[in-house]
Amino acid sequence: MRSFSGKTLSWRTADGVIELTLDRAPCNEIGTATLGELEQFADALGSLTEESHALIISSARTEGFCAGADLRELYRGLQDLRPAARLAGVRDFLERIHGVMNALDEAPIATIAAVHGVTFGGGFELALACDLIVADKMTRFCFPELRLGLIPGFGGIPRLKRDLGNATVRDLLFTGRSIHATKAQSLGLVSQVTGEGDALRVARATAAQLGKFDRETATVAKRFIKPIPREELRREIDIFCELFMRPAVEAGLRKFVESTDALPYLP
Amino acid sequence: MSRETCVGKYRNMTTLEKTTDEVLGLAAAHFKVPREQLSPNDDFFKKLAINSLQALDLLTRLEQHFHIELPDYELQGVSDFRTLAERIQSRL
Repeated sequence: MRSFSGKTLSWRTADGVIELTLDRAPCNEIGTATLGELEQFADALGSLTEESHALIISSARTEGFCAGADLRELYRGLQDLRPAARLAGVRDFLERIHGVMNALDEAPIATIAAVHGVTFGGGFELALACDLIVADKMTRFCFPELRLGLIPGFGGIPRLKRDLGNATVRDLLFTGRSIHATKAQSLGLVSQVTGEGDALRVARATAAQLGKFDRETATVAKRFIKPIPREELRREIDIFCELFMRPAVEAGLRKFVESTDALPYLP
Repeated sequence: MSRETCVGKYRNMTTLEKTTDEVLGLAAAHFKVPREQLSPNDDFFKKLAINSLQALDLLTRLEQHFHIELPDYELQGVSDFRTLAERIQSRL
């Protein structure tokens, strides 16, 4: 399917570039609907990449790229389930989202996350699955999961470790603090920082540049440069599931859900 | 208190006032609230009518303006402009 318009995202191809645009209010929280449509995209990726040299993922929401997992849906979904069913449901979701992230991570074309605003949790993980991150100067990156008694579960820790020194990984994970785009660039996470609102334009210019080189060489180079940390990714799912069953997690989720604030886990 | 300590405290107070003024000016300009309606002891969430998402936006602008890094956990329990300015001042 060369183009698609769904409830949470859309994609189209033009000039050899696939553009996947997230668009689910309020800030592209990843729940079952988004996961389903991301899986459709991952399934279509094989044929889309035959005629394309780059993929850009961006967001149509002014609030930001993606605020992470849909915690409200997660909490609601837990309420009527026994523990064993809860765990099975969470593991199933994680394995499915990992399937999507892995497909993006190993796509045989260059992938660019054009991000702005809130790029938290699962949103940060989605960006990390891409080859390059182009960030609008107002972007903030964060792994807030420890505030909820969890760790990132969509592949964030192995991918962050792939890109950054361990001290920085510890800083971001243990403090749960957010960092702005310039800081992220100084750490080596972000390829280019742009003016406000300009990330997609710059990503498109970068994609055009990437299209000038031999596609097969680029694909081979990517496979060589960018290993997929498969064992650690599987281990992350296991650790997440172990942590998830703790009472502190349900309490943290309840507090999040009962708050009326947009990002209740922030100070 | 020695003369040097007294002068230092005064210099710091003046600098903090300057920082507070810049914070107020930046917040007023970005959230389109008349500057004269904001004062240092105001609750910025209420006065600017912002939520935590917009507070993050303000934090980014302040970090860029002052060329500092201010971890958002430092803002735990902070809701007035003066205390926000103090947190910023401590990073200058």
